[in-house]
Amino acid sequence: MEQEQKYPTEKLKCWNGAKEIRMKYYKDYAEAHDKGGLRWAGGAWTFDAIPAGLGDDVFPITSEPYGATIAFDKELSIECMEAAEKEGYPRDLCSYMRNYWGSIIIDKYPFGYNDKKEFVPRFEGAKALGFPKPDFIWQDHICCSHAKWYQVVSDLEGGIPMFTVDNAVGPSHELTDSKIKYVVEQLKDGIKFLEKVTGRDYDDELLYKAIRNHFISTSKWAEICALNKAVPAPLDEKSIYSLYVLGTLQKAGEQVADFYEKNLLPEVKQRVKKGIAAIPNERYRVMSDTQPPWSFLSIFRYLEKFGCVSVGSLYTFGLIGQWEVKKDGTWGPKTIPEIEFSSRDQALYEYVKYELHKPEWQHFYSCHLKSDMMIRIAKEWKLNGVMLHYNRGCEGLTVGIAENRLALLEAGYPVMAFEGNNADEREFDEARTKAKINAFMETLGAK
Amino acid sequence: MIEQFKNLEKNRHDYAKNWKDKTGGKVIGYFCTYVPEEILYAADVLPVRILGSHEPQDVTEPHIFAMFCPFCRDCLAQGLKNRYKYLDGLMISQSCLHIRQAYTSWIKHRPVEFEKFLCMPHKVQSPHSYNFLTTELQTFKKEVEKWTGKKISDKDLDKAINIYNENRRLMRQLYELRKRDNPPITGEECMEIVIAMQMTDKSEHNKMLKDLLKKLENYEPNREVGSRLMILGSEDDDTVFMNMVENCGATFVIDDHCTGSRYFWNEVENGKDKLASIAARYIDRIPCPTKDWEERKRIPHILNLCKEWKVDGVIIMQQKFCDPHELDFVAIQKALKDAGIPTLFLEFDVTVPIGQFKIRVEAFLEMIGEEDLF
Repeated sequence: MEQEQKYPTEKLKCWNGAKEIRMKYYKDYAEAHDKGGLRWAGGAWTFDAIPAGLGDDVFPITSEPYGATIAFDKELSIECMEAAEKEGYPRDLCSYMRNYWGSIIIDKYPFGYNDKKEFVPRFEGAKALGFPKPDFIWQDHICCSHAKWYQVVSDLEGGIPMFTVDNAVGPSHELTDSKIKYVVEQLKDGIKFLEKVTGRDYDDELLYKAIRNHFISTSKWAEICALNKAVPAPLDEKSIYSLYVLGTLQKAGEQVADFYEKNLLPEVKQRVKKGIAAIPNERYRVMSDTQPPWSFLSIFRYLEKFGCVSVGSLYTFGLIGQWEVKKDGTWGPKTIPEIEFSSRDQALYEYVKYELHKPEWQHFYSCHLKSDMMIRIAKEWKLNGVMLHYNRGCEGLTVGIAENRLALLEAGYPVMAFEGNNADEREFDEARTKAKINAFMETLGAK
Repeated sequence: MIEQFKNLEKNRHDYAKNWKDKTGGKVIGYFCTYVPEEILYAADVLPVRILGSHEPQDVTEPHIFAMFCPFCRDCLAQGLKNRYKYLDGLMISQSCLHIRQAYTSWIKHRPVEFEKFLCMPHKVQSPHSYNFLTTELQTFKKEVEKWTGKKISDKDLDKAINIYNENRRLMRQLYELRKRDNPPITGEECMEIVIAMQMTDKSEHNKMLKDLLKKLENYEPNREVGSRLMILGSEDDDTVFMNMVENCGATFVIDDHCTGSRYFWNEVENGKDKLASIAARYIDRIPCPTKDWEERKRIPHILNLCKEWKVDGVIIMQQKFCDPHELDFVAIQKALKDAGIPTLFLEFDVTVPIGQFKIRVEAFLEMIGEEDLF
């Protein structure tokens, strides 16, 4: 294994800031009722600027990051999975979803207070709180599991008011006024629903502010990821997981937009300028695909022993990041619309028009669109190979992955496919995966 | 009595090829029953549903990850094995992710002259889905016109709607006969008829159905009815399984399948705007689980079918890894249990273990008949 340090490296200065935002998020949700606020639940992709119009004391919990958080707490995750299975839910369903349902069934939140009354994760000594029941569900639907996920949540909780927006209106290159309006009209119905179930008046100014935050979070995140085209890469994917997640928690939140724009982006720019690498022995560059096996992120550290850095993935770049093709033909951050919002209808229209370009929504219509984007990343981020996670825990992001593999091979990129599960550790074979990595590194020329 | 339907199903490819030779028209393969066939039929195109062949295969492994349902892989295998070489077009209407893979792989590796992903809305419970789908259908109609070179008039659409509606009405009549104490037709036979329906010119199917209905009018089959069962769940064209169950002292009297009642249950209410009428039919149909939210509208429908067809027990089958149905069956099972209706859950693959399933079915039927024993 090559150990020679070619580049300087240092820890991210804003790392703790990211951790604090994440912890505060789960604390705010848990404590919302204590301060007279509201709690809502929905997906990481949901149009979260909409509930923001109900007030500044309305706190979300997004499904997928919550499922991943539980997965990271192995003991709790097994307890949740088994509880969901005991209720009759099949083991091959989305593993985030099973963790989430299990957390409701066993009534355990992966956070709580320690002896010093600090809010910390369960595995850091907190006594787990009960699952804080949301006041309403605000979901989106593009994957078969999305709306159905919360039907079950509502069943398990004895009924929660629920509104889901169908955003599966086709690929962005076929976007029409009719498609945008279909989503906009649903959002307008959704606002009426929110007013009815909460008894609150809706504030359009708060909506406008949240949409602007959304534009900043998603564009700036893409800009940060684009900086990883640099050699050496300033960020490695294991770290990226802890950073992109903020966008999955509350992309329309001011704290997330500010962090990306004012903390992380300037720091990553500086790292590129100074040639600070994520890993000092970078020689080979790869990307992954789909969610990682959260209990086994150590495989990314294992890569580093070979001088190999995973610079990201379509998943980490495009799940939250918004992109566009720049004048030189390369991928860069989507330009933030310079629009003054003057009415709810207009703001919603701009919001939807912008959001329907999300890269990670495109493969739901055709895996070939995803292959094209992956090949683009492989070229522009100067990759030597690709690691594809055939993820048994997420049908939505694994759909078409076998065709992606064929397309990448055809484009000349070596591919290592490994099977696993993002949130069910019973379906991941660490030793076998490492053996595969050994062989893959050998094919790339690493010794 | 249903040999003609069986022949159509068994010789599906010959039928389509002969139809092409005879009419000079185009044939399109479709995945999922949300495809608005009326528009295709109005353009003199024969829509045929792509189904699997229930044979173990090894051609789809490089194309579809093994955790996806066996049905989508079986369908793709038919394409990769060139069994549908005669197709001029291929299309899908947005439904589940699994079958979408079969479509996207097929068009890449076995290209056809016309391909279409129709953006069928998921939120059929939204009032805005009607306008949205109508607009999608307007685009689709233009694309079909361009492909076939035929302008589709309102008269053409009317004709197609009438033929399809007649087909649906005749099928409902056939299903009504199954309410009898001694149903004149078995579940296996009905499944054969529906499968044939999905790959045949509907005007021919109508003629055959009318003949069959006449024959069945006063027909009293000499077979034991036994327990009256319903079958529901994922795509299911496993006639071997149906036959096995019906030879164990039971009769399937009703189903909730896309290869069964869900395919034809409601008609197009033909209004002034033909495309809006067609859109409404597909929005308002008995939903596939992928579209049955926020409210679970399928459950009251299923309970009603059980009541009207005097069902003693329900077999819930699902294709392995079929997420949408997996997300529904716990709630369905609970609703049936609350209604006092026993259920048996079985997971299907491309081929089913008939011997093992027979033991489970027999035990289930014994359980249903328990009260009669004592």
